[in-house]
Amino acid sequence: MSMLSVSNLAVSYGAIKAVKGISFDIDEGEIVTLIGANGAGKSTTLNTIAGLIKPDSGSIKFKGEELVGIKPHKIVERGLALCPEGRRVFTHMTVAENLDMGGYTRTDAENKETLELVYEHFPRLKERMNQVAGTLSGGEQQMLAMGRALMSHPKLLMLDEPSMGLAPILVDEIFAIIQALNENGTTILLVEQNANMALKVAARGYVLETGKIVKTGTGAELLVDDDVRKAYLGG
Amino acid sequence: MTASKTSTAPTGAPAASGYRSLSMPVRYLINAVLVVVFLVVGELMIDGGVVSRYQTGVIEQIGIYIILAVSLNIATGYLGQLPLGHAGFMSVGGYSCAIFIMRMMDTMGVTARDFATGTPAAALLFVLGIIFGGVCAALCGLIIGVPALRLKGDYLAIITLGFAEIIRVVMQNIDGVLGFTLTGGAKGLTGIPGYTNFLNTFIVVAISLFLIHTMMKSRHGRAVLSIRDNEIAAESCGVNTTYYKTLAFVASAFFAGVAGGLYAGCIGVMAPAKFGFMKSIEILVMVVLGGMGSMLGSVISATVLTILPEALRAVSDYRMVVYAIVLILVMIFRPEGLLGDYDFSMSRVIERIMNHGKRPEDFAPVAAVAEAATPAAASVAVPAAAPGKETGREANDHE
Repeated sequence: MSMLSVSNLAVSYGAIKAVKGISFDIDEGEIVTLIGANGAGKSTTLNTIAGLIKPDSGSIKFKGEELVGIKPHKIVERGLALCPEGRRVFTHMTVAENLDMGGYTRTDAENKETLELVYEHFPRLKERMNQVAGTLSGGEQQMLAMGRALMSHPKLLMLDEPSMGLAPILVDEIFAIIQALNENGTTILLVEQNANMALKVAARGYVLETGKIVKTGTGAELLVDDDVRKAYLGG
Repeated sequence: MTASKTSTAPTGAPAASGYRSLSMPVRYLINAVLVVVFLVVGELMIDGGVVSRYQTGVIEQIGIYIILAVSLNIATGYLGQLPLGHAGFMSVGGYSCAIFIMRMMDTMGVTARDFATGTPAAALLFVLGIIFGGVCAALCGLIIGVPALRLKGDYLAIITLGFAEIIRVVMQNIDGVLGFTLTGGAKGLTGIPGYTNFLNTFIVVAISLFLIHTMMKSRHGRAVLSIRDNEIAAESCGVNTTYYKTLAFVASAFFAGVAGGLYAGCIGVMAPAKFGFMKSIEILVMVVLGGMGSMLGSVISATVLTILPEALRAVSDYRMVVYAIVLILVMIFRPEGLLGDYDFSMSRVIERIMNHGKRPEDFAPVAAVAEAATPAAASVAVPAAAPGKETGREANDHE
């Protein structure tokens, strides 16, 4: 049985249909990526899974249990963490306080342990633990947002555009961390515009176009697929 | 401060860092001592006739406005919303406290004189009345907060503004509608015993500030602050945003009600016209001027803005003009308010003296330099220095 299975999910903002009945699933231990252009419905899908948006129809099953209709904070408690788009860190809090907020649903003892793990993956956060998050660089803020999501000790981590607006060298670093996290046993759902990088690390990928899944396959298959190359990889 | 009072912080600063800090019980003790000293000095000055009756009244009003400003600060400074109906909660608290005390006086065998002499029964009735006022205001906060907090920014401001006006109109007309005397209608509720004095105002202010401070430094307070910073991020961290928004709003209303209760006993007359839109604005000005998110800022600006009109009685007609000009100037030159989100901590000052004027950061200069120069070296240097810094952060967290 797959860890997360989404079926016939449809979401709209008022009259605009953003996601028009998509289905996909993620097995335990996988990296699965949703790729697609702006406005394809990738972020909407993630936000809906996290409970931030209510879907029109369809079902989202996490370990066999329905998530639709459950409040976002309850979903976090069940082991799904969303690292939202655009590095939404708490800019007035220090790095340590941000990470502390990430473990909000858990006990202090559990957090202490997880914190060590997070610092292991992101040594730079440890160096800057007393710095106010708003003064971090873009790459460091992305690391902090990811670290904070990890603090809830998720079984499934959802990353929304982790490479957005970062220098190429930092993109490489972020993707190396994503792979390392996955090797440590975290299942990852990755939403990316940087299709090239995403498909290289992902076991499987889904291509979204204006709210529909138009293509699916393993990462390697999609990387060499003609349509995908033309549309997202620059020929 | 003697060395015997020194001890290491719970996190255990390593000997190498050398920063000496105070333990939590010592911190509480320092604050408790300060509060008592203030109280005793104040009482002695009033008893000795150094402070006149009129001045005592002004001091009581300062206390009331301090509670109002700090409580509004929960909703504006900490939660990041803009409610414009604080006077509404204040009037609900004031009316319900005054009516409760007036109706219960016979039952509990308390006369108006007893409040001045301070019998145990009078003290008990005062406490019950103040809490009753706070709870009534909190209930109103809950009723208005649940629908209003679904909205943001201007919408919330408009709803709360409308709510305060509704309260005012209700207070004015409820007698006519119900057919018996409750609030005294437009002519006001008169004959309220003067149950507010310096002593009990001071105690209520101290308790309110302590409760609000403790709440905001707790896990719940952190959740409220995270909503202000970034609501979506807070939600994806597992914070129940609806719950905490409502909680902060209701707490804000509760303390406004407490202040209203004190106000009724201090002034002796409750009239609906006193709790109009301008009253809400006055309180908001105090918060904005002092700095949103700074408790000390609210306290200072509440004090100054209560004394100023009294001191400038001759030109009191121009008070609102001056308010507006001051507000515009502050917004231009210091948009974060006079103190921003800085908060004073006596313990921190004492720690600075104990460490011969050095800040906790000064004890980790090696790491700071290494960090800037070579990132590789920093990763080695930081773990040793970090705990020292950590203690410094803790010190800032507690008063």
